[in-house]
Amino acid sequence: MKKNAWLRFSIGFSGQTLLLGGILFIVIIFSTGMGYIKISYVEVIRIIISKITGNQVLVHGIDHVFPYVVWDVRLPRILTAAIVGAGLSISGGVFQGILLNPLADPYTLGISAGAAFGASIALLADVTFMGIYSVPFFAFIGAVTTLAAVMLLSSSNGRISSTNLILSGIIVAAILSAGISFIKYVADEQVSIIIFWLMGSFGSKIWSDVFLTFLFVSIGLVVSVFFARDLNIISLGDRSASSLGIETNRVRIILLITASLVTAVCVSVSGIIGFVGLIIPHLIRFILGPDNKRLIPASALTGAILLLTADTITRAVLPTEIPIGVLTALIGGPFFCYIFRKKRIIKTSGQ
Amino acid sequence: MDNKELFEFRNVSFYYDKNKALDNISLSIKPGKFYGIVGPNGCGKTTLLDLLVRNKTPESGTIKYHGQEINKYSRKNLAKNIALVPQDFYINFSFSVGETVLMGRHPYIPRFASPSSEDLKIVDKIMDDLKITSFKDKNITDLSGGEKQRVIFARALAQNTPVLILDEGTSNMDIQYTLNIMDIVANGVEAKKRTVIAVMHDLNLASVYCDRLVFMKSGRVVSEGNIDKVLSKRNIKDVFGIDCNISYDKYSESKHVIFRRRKLENG
Repeated sequence: MKKNAWLRFSIGFSGQTLLLGGILFIVIIFSTGMGYIKISYVEVIRIIISKITGNQVLVHGIDHVFPYVVWDVRLPRILTAAIVGAGLSISGGVFQGILLNPLADPYTLGISAGAAFGASIALLADVTFMGIYSVPFFAFIGAVTTLAAVMLLSSSNGRISSTNLILSGIIVAAILSAGISFIKYVADEQVSIIIFWLMGSFGSKIWSDVFLTFLFVSIGLVVSVFFARDLNIISLGDRSASSLGIETNRVRIILLITASLVTAVCVSVSGIIGFVGLIIPHLIRFILGPDNKRLIPASALTGAILLLTADTITRAVLPTEIPIGVLTALIGGPFFCYIFRKKRIIKTSGQ
Repeated sequence: MDNKELFEFRNVSFYYDKNKALDNISLSIKPGKFYGIVGPNGCGKTTLLDLLVRNKTPESGTIKYHGQEINKYSRKNLAKNIALVPQDFYINFSFSVGETVLMGRHPYIPRFASPSSEDLKIVDKIMDDLKITSFKDKNITDLSGGEKQRVIFARALAQNTPVLILDEGTSNMDIQYTLNIMDIVANGVEAKKRTVIAVMHDLNLASVYCDRLVFMKSGRVVSEGNIDKVLSKRNIKDVFGIDCNISYDKYSESKHVIFRRRKLENG
């Protein structure tokens, strides 16, 4: 067998990782310069380097407002958007593998509904004891509680099957949606705040959001890549996975919790941003094949690039900012239909 | 402990909720033989295989492999000893045929290593034997049922184990590939002293290939022994409730089970 036939199985930071990383870097620099105040990319780079190194000479001759705009306003939002895009894509890829279903996404198990429910309660009751972290905190608690409930509901004899997980997720999410509707009903004037939160936004993000999401998403990436080969085999069925030497149940639970926590933290920080976690892994699988060792890192980078681009479009290109969740669904939905049709047409004509 | 036994089931029972799937089974399996397991649907054949690969653990009783309790083995070690060709498998992701067969080498490849040239050589050889090399770059999602089964079979062979377990592994294949696979399996028993435990539906296929036969009914082992002895009208009547004739066939050098049409009472 030719060695290159196995390329899809090889590991490491290959060409496309570097390429995608490079594109991500360029998109970050350019979108930082875009907006109401236009800043050239050279100035952006000079400001960033001066902030990191503390070298004041670099910002000499630049408008004194620019460093503030770049460092305190735009970069936190831009990095959060990129990290959340990466997180949703990683967790989408992992969920598709453990649920044996290429149509699963980070929200299939009701994690998003749980986060939305938690956030709605915090917004309704106007919880402020944790300052600006009150709503994200409640959203996170809601998401984690939902995960626990879904796992409890779907396990029998300590084993968790993918079908049971999906069904339990649908049941729990349905109950929570009813809860959210009820909260909206009683919320009165707060209802617009709740609706706005649910549609997702990266507005007014700060550095702590960046660090928090980065912590969770990077751990999630490491864990997912660590178990990538196991996930490949699990995605072809439980019985054979066990007989190939994989502790199927244990690996599935580890990955389930990892992907759910990544989703939970992303949703808590940014609201519900749909379609990213479904489409990105799908798209990458279409291009690179289903091997999770390549799929997960490539999805992470592509998700970061695309969500950041979408956020930059709503922030700096469109005349008025529309909610990012609406934009991703508007672009992602039709695009997904296209992939879906194309794939099916290829399939049917091939047989 | 008698080390001649490869597997030793002692008073093993297994329940699905309250339904007894295996009822107090004691059975020993000797190495280097081709075992066929026969019995009606729902008699516990697949459950028995699941216990052998530790997909399930018995409610009561013990299962030993090489004289040691099967629970004591690590998953990885077990995967280097026992390979399973399952009855059902999910094909939702478009791995190539080559990638899928290579998954059989998973227990041998360290977590962050690439497959060695030896791994690739083994996989190539098996794909040749099973006549699937011609479509090794095709996606498994695009294959027919019988082709998929051959790929899954190749993956199990790639594990290169002393024990091979087949759960109706040839159910979707035409007769040509069924015989191809059975020949490969039987050859492995003869040449490599491999032990094969296979659920069989076709009694005549079992008769041609198996050394020993296990008759199961309602979660119990009714009869076990050399195929010449236990493949009898009485056992078939007892287990399946049907009459037949058995004659010796010179061409296949094995017993041949012959059925006949039965008239239905109500039309």
